[in-house]
Amino acid sequence: MIGRLFDEVPRRGLVLLAGLLVVLLAAPWIANDYLLTVLIIVLYFAYTGQAWNVMMGFAGQLSLGHAIYVGLGGYAAAALYVHFGIGPWLGLAAAIAIAMACGAIIGFLAFRFGVGGVYFAILTIAFAEFARIGFDHFRWVGASSGFFLPVANYTRNDLWNLRGNPTMFYYVMLALTIAAFALCHVLLKSRVGYYWQAIREDEVAARSLGIDTFRYKMYAVVLSAGMTAVAGVFFAFYYNNLFPEQVFHISRSIELILGPIIGGIGTLFGPLIGAFLLTGLSEAMQELLTALGFDAPGAKQVFYGLCLLAVVMALPGGVWPWLAAKLGVNGRRS
Amino acid sequence: MTALLAVDGVGKRFRGLLAVDNVSFRVAQGAIFAVIGPNGAGKTTLFNIIAGTFAPDRGSIAFAGERIDGLAPDEICRRGIGRTFQLVRPFPGLSVEDNVLIGAMLRRHDPTAARRRAHEVLLRLDLFGKRHQPASALTLPDRKRLEVARALATDPKLLLLDEVMAGLRPAETDRMVSVLTELNRGSGLTILLIEHVMRAVMALAGRVLVLHHGAAIAEGPPEAVVREPAVVQSYLGAEAVE
Repeated sequence: MIGRLFDEVPRRGLVLLAGLLVVLLAAPWIANDYLLTVLIIVLYFAYTGQAWNVMMGFAGQLSLGHAIYVGLGGYAAAALYVHFGIGPWLGLAAAIAIAMACGAIIGFLAFRFGVGGVYFAILTIAFAEFARIGFDHFRWVGASSGFFLPVANYTRNDLWNLRGNPTMFYYVMLALTIAAFALCHVLLKSRVGYYWQAIREDEVAARSLGIDTFRYKMYAVVLSAGMTAVAGVFFAFYYNNLFPEQVFHISRSIELILGPIIGGIGTLFGPLIGAFLLTGLSEAMQELLTALGFDAPGAKQVFYGLCLLAVVMALPGGVWPWLAAKLGVNGRRS
Repeated sequence: MTALLAVDGVGKRFRGLLAVDNVSFRVAQGAIFAVIGPNGAGKTTLFNIIAGTFAPDRGSIAFAGERIDGLAPDEICRRGIGRTFQLVRPFPGLSVEDNVLIGAMLRRHDPTAARRRAHEVLLRLDLFGKRHQPASALTLPDRKRLEVARALATDPKLLLLDEVMAGLRPAETDRMVSVLTELNRGSGLTILLIEHVMRAVMALAGRVLVLHHGAAIAEGPPEAVVREPAVVQSYLGAEAVE
């Protein structure tokens, strides 16, 4: 099974992948605190981008409201922790279940009634907005004034309760990113992965080959929702605060999909590359501006826009397909 | 021989247009059956009704003794009817091999077994050498063959071919005819085809149904059908027979 995992990856690609893994594992010893928090954000976007990619990149279903799954996951686990003292790992199960149920509802409404394409995307935005407005009035979790997890100085890392220093959070996020990558790799090579791609390419033709497109689209939405909720739990325990206006806001959903779009929709490395490029470059630019003494609020958003524009014009398939060709790691081992 | 496909009194109306009007016919197990007729005669509509794209307004369709009219296209494929599209619909971003692999996965959940089946089919349709190309890079004749390969990979009992010869050169048509003949004789595959290329129809079909304005105007062996005055007048033109 493990052997087959790498069947079609060229040897050169394996070496590069191993190198990247070593660098990421060693990062906390090399990087300073600031750089480590940037890397956490990079991995966070790599992970959520991978989760979104399951729906859009693999199955061709555009979600512009993925913030709803981050938010539901975060709020579910945080509420269980604060109100009932239930730890985040148990809360995670509840978070995944709730997000999956929400994904199933959205998917069912759309796919049963033939809502597709742009209209499906609008439906996903609508649900995220319902959630934002709903949570704004949801007193049990603080409504619009926010929901907070107790913060104290932890002398040691408590992995069971997800309380600790950035290094611990870094490794948790790294493990999640690797797990998501491996899961997507396996899925793409399996029947469900091929069926998703068939639906993405041509749904009518897919049905003519016996594919129950409703069922497979539901799998994609539910899995993507569940994976995204995991990031939400991380978000809640890492930042210790949740505000509906921030968590469910459409800009969160957009932010989350920029990585895979720039890196390469439907590719395994796209979300990873995209997250590194976007977060890395935008942080570097912020640093540069600060060093030069400019105070430019909104510069990050302008920068995102320029990146997107450059990629759409120069590399419509994203950075990874181009980079893979340059590195000679695309294609099969002969 | 028993009828694999039985179409009884099928009708379909699109608003004012009666596209298919009370059509009945039977396709015997192991036969090659052709539906011909001028443009707009209702051939593709009839085909789409059998394949599940549309439900008929009236009449019934039985396949292998079971009613299939009104079932969804994917369910009909799972029952054992494979189809091609007149305007080809390959999965453009996927390789030729993966296109066929997806068809083969219907009856083989294990990717390795499905890939083996895909290779067999690709060899049979002369596409093996092009298996790593993206489907979007293929020429039209190759895409037509890919349509057949993909449908064939689902292991159908009945193959519905919608104008797979259209746009092919005579040599390519002959090649396709011989591939279909081999499939029919070798594996007993039943074939229902819509075709404009009379050269292929005459070479392949054991029986022919002629549609005109949605209605069946003649049915029988091809040599007999092409001599019927109604068929000559409505479709072939007098010079075709001479």
